[in-house]
Amino acid sequence: MNAHTNPSGMNLSSSRDDGIAVGDELLSVDNVTLRFGGVTAIEDISFDIRKGEVRAIIGPNGAGKTSMLNVINGFYHPQEGTIRFRGETRTKMKPYEAAASGIARTFQNVALFTGMSTLDNIMSGRSLKMNKNFITQMFYYGPARDEEIQHRRRVEEIIDFLEIAHIRRQPVGKLPYGLQKRVELGRALALEPDLLLLDEPMAGMNLEEKEDMSRFIIDVNQQFGTTIALIEHDMGVVMDLADRVVVLDYGKKIADGIPEDVQASQEVIDAYLGVPH
Amino acid sequence: MVNATNGLDTFPKLLVHNASVFAQRPAMRHKDFGIWQTWSWAEMLEEIRAFSLGLQAIGLKKGDKVAVVGSNRPALYWSFAAVQALGGVPIPVYADSVADEMVYVLQHAEVKFAIVQDQEQVDKILSVKEQLPELEQLAYDWQRGLGDYDEPFLHHIGSLQDVGRQALKVDPSLGQKWLEGINEGKGADLSVMLYTSGTTGKPKGVMLSYDNLVISSRNANKFDNFDENDEIIAYLPLAWVGDHIFSYGQSLTAGYCVCCPESPETVTENRREIAPTYFFAPPRVFEGLLTDITVRMEDASPFKQKMFKYFLDVANRVGEKILNGDGEVSFKDRLLYKLGDLFVYGPLKNRLGMTRMKVGYTAGEAIGPEIFKFYRSLGLNLKQLYGQTEASVYITAQPDGQISADTVGTPSPDVEIEITDTGEVLYRSPGVFMGYYKNDAATADTKSKEGWVKTGDAGFLDTNGHLRIIDRAKDVGQLNNGCMFPPKYIENKLKFFPNIKEAVAIGDGRDFTAVMLNIDLQPVANWAERNNIAYASYQELANHPKVYEMMADHVDHVNQDLASEERVAGAQIHRFLVLHKELDADDGELTRTMKVRRSLINERYDPLIEALYDGSAERFVETEVVFEDGRKGNISATVKIEDAKTYAPQSMKEAAE
Repeated sequence: MNAHTNPSGMNLSSSRDDGIAVGDELLSVDNVTLRFGGVTAIEDISFDIRKGEVRAIIGPNGAGKTSMLNVINGFYHPQEGTIRFRGETRTKMKPYEAAASGIARTFQNVALFTGMSTLDNIMSGRSLKMNKNFITQMFYYGPARDEEIQHRRRVEEIIDFLEIAHIRRQPVGKLPYGLQKRVELGRALALEPDLLLLDEPMAGMNLEEKEDMSRFIIDVNQQFGTTIALIEHDMGVVMDLADRVVVLDYGKKIADGIPEDVQASQEVIDAYLGVPH
Repeated sequence: MVNATNGLDTFPKLLVHNASVFAQRPAMRHKDFGIWQTWSWAEMLEEIRAFSLGLQAIGLKKGDKVAVVGSNRPALYWSFAAVQALGGVPIPVYADSVADEMVYVLQHAEVKFAIVQDQEQVDKILSVKEQLPELEQLAYDWQRGLGDYDEPFLHHIGSLQDVGRQALKVDPSLGQKWLEGINEGKGADLSVMLYTSGTTGKPKGVMLSYDNLVISSRNANKFDNFDENDEIIAYLPLAWVGDHIFSYGQSLTAGYCVCCPESPETVTENRREIAPTYFFAPPRVFEGLLTDITVRMEDASPFKQKMFKYFLDVANRVGEKILNGDGEVSFKDRLLYKLGDLFVYGPLKNRLGMTRMKVGYTAGEAIGPEIFKFYRSLGLNLKQLYGQTEASVYITAQPDGQISADTVGTPSPDVEIEITDTGEVLYRSPGVFMGYYKNDAATADTKSKEGWVKTGDAGFLDTNGHLRIIDRAKDVGQLNNGCMFPPKYIENKLKFFPNIKEAVAIGDGRDFTAVMLNIDLQPVANWAERNNIAYASYQELANHPKVYEMMADHVDHVNQDLASEERVAGAQIHRFLVLHKELDADDGELTRTMKVRRSLINERYDPLIEALYDGSAERFVETEVVFEDGRKGNISATVKIEDAKTYAPQSMKEAAE
């Protein structure tokens, strides 16, 4: 009876050893421009995300933050510029390919399967990791079941980590918003990503929920070593969480650096408070 | 019975003994990663020994005090025996105390080691570390978030166990030495110190010896026939004497299995999975469960509702008689009760996790007669007991078959009871505590030379020899017209309504009784939803005219009830209000065991109390609230005050007419 695993023995960090040392470039965005017809959503933006850091992308409404995430995630394809992930320059990539390559994300508006339980939602995040074919999956016994047990264990570790054991069996549609956000984070973690993209993880939350979520983000970053890029409006949160911040305004990059510097930048202040044109 | 310990007079000795006699029987379970993990007695001994040797390696010595802070997790229960095996003294501390409260206890007890659950508790202790010069080492159970803490005195319990196992491998004689150390322990030694939450003043450290706890535990096991086949779920605060006896003392003496829930939020679900044979809960838990059932049934289909109501009526009529073995139940009723058990009571008990419940106890406060009857009528052997930290819990308990809602039973085995002239209850037993730590004045005040201990409760023994508790002796007051004013008695009557969570009665030295009420959000919110009452916050709901109507109705019932009892008829409620915020332990308004702190409430809500007596219809009030991390905020509201209808005392009615 040696099943007494300690939660501490948990290791959800990326299974890939990609040879990139902590602090080196994991992803870089070079001179990316994204247009929708005549509208330029992102204009000639370059920045990088280093392995192991928490990188915040901030900016006023309509600055192009979510578009930026969608570009990284492979959902949009920029007209100009390149994206290099783990040293490889990416051509047009589908979101599921991005997911397979180790990029997971959460959405600004929670995008969960509302009729399914917390457990099943997080389990769905593992589907990319399941290798057994359709035929074996048709049978309850055998390799597919063994595989499912393995994955279930990972999912239980995530449930334990995010402290959502009490809602394991509840349909997520009935859960309060703050918990749904946590479940969504759980599903993203189930992918064991190298790079986790969080689109406003704290939007619409109350103070307590924000503090909880901040703690989980820090813990994910520290314990699993997951690199995180997040979009957030709450400046207090950004200043506390982020190692480096990139600021967008009207699709352009106006600042990039450590939180203290960015906060002091006149251009950033102008962008947030507005200046007479 | 004092000598009936067979040399097994300390918990570490009992642990070693159990590991050989019960070897592969389950000792502890914990739901982790969604699966119940089990440790046998032999495995648990190994875990505890490794832990203990690890603690020894970082310097724990005989006589050292060790704080244990956290929720009901196996490693924290193990820490008790691991510390005791080395001659140390564990001091469980309430996990939800704010840092300032904790500092007092840790300083007072001169704690050298602290064993805590998680990052939250580690942070709490680190934040006050400078005030704790004696604190040398800090160990934690759950690693989440603690990865980059590099304090040299911080240890993970798992790695301490590894240290212990390694040491044992290198030097196998350590195991023998460890056992010798255990055998040096004596029954008269200090076993544990429990700080009472203290309705008044600073907490006091109650010192309990192994004799106190082991003998009390054995007596209790005998009283209710507990053995190694029983099972309980541990979910009450570790720092509370009840949990220490039920989940530690009685488990080690009877050999029964203790199950730790997955998290505090999953207790109800986990209880259903385990179906414990022994279940203890304060009345509010039973109230909460009943409220939960009522709320759920209101959403059920009409057929189910009808069936539920029909069979509950049957149970209400005959259930208790059947349980008590009274022979006056007709064949038809017995048949109906059997049917009810099949369709309603059985599934209901299953949902409550009480299917296998052999004995259930409630204590701490008076339980509503209706609630008590409800559970008993389902065939559940729910009983009451009366106890104190200073008594190692047991003072009185109801023997099977002699149950009533308003007594707390006959004296427990080996306990003597006496009532003073002023009505205060005194007791003497082998469980009586050694004294308060570093507080001889308080010890002398509470415990006489002959070993009699004052309970501070007023009560009397009824004709059957059962103890009946009225109120805290010092709380019973007088109205200006000379009528007796028992605040808790009135508050309990109010709190028996599911919609009222908390009540505070005021009246000592005043012209009439007035009350401040707290609504219970769950049932009231559900009621509001069904009645299309919109509200945005607790405060708004509490202040809603319809809610006031409902509360007026409840107060009216209580007044009718009071009017029918001669001794308290004069204490009927004249005016009431509904508080704009929940009374909260974090704000100091309740104790950690959820009892009302009168003096503080009187001070804090002074403007409202003034308004209750000066005839105002409403009053603006601003209250400070403290969040769990110690920060403060303000809540302000205009609170309405309403008059209640009072009734002429029934015995005097004729004279009045």
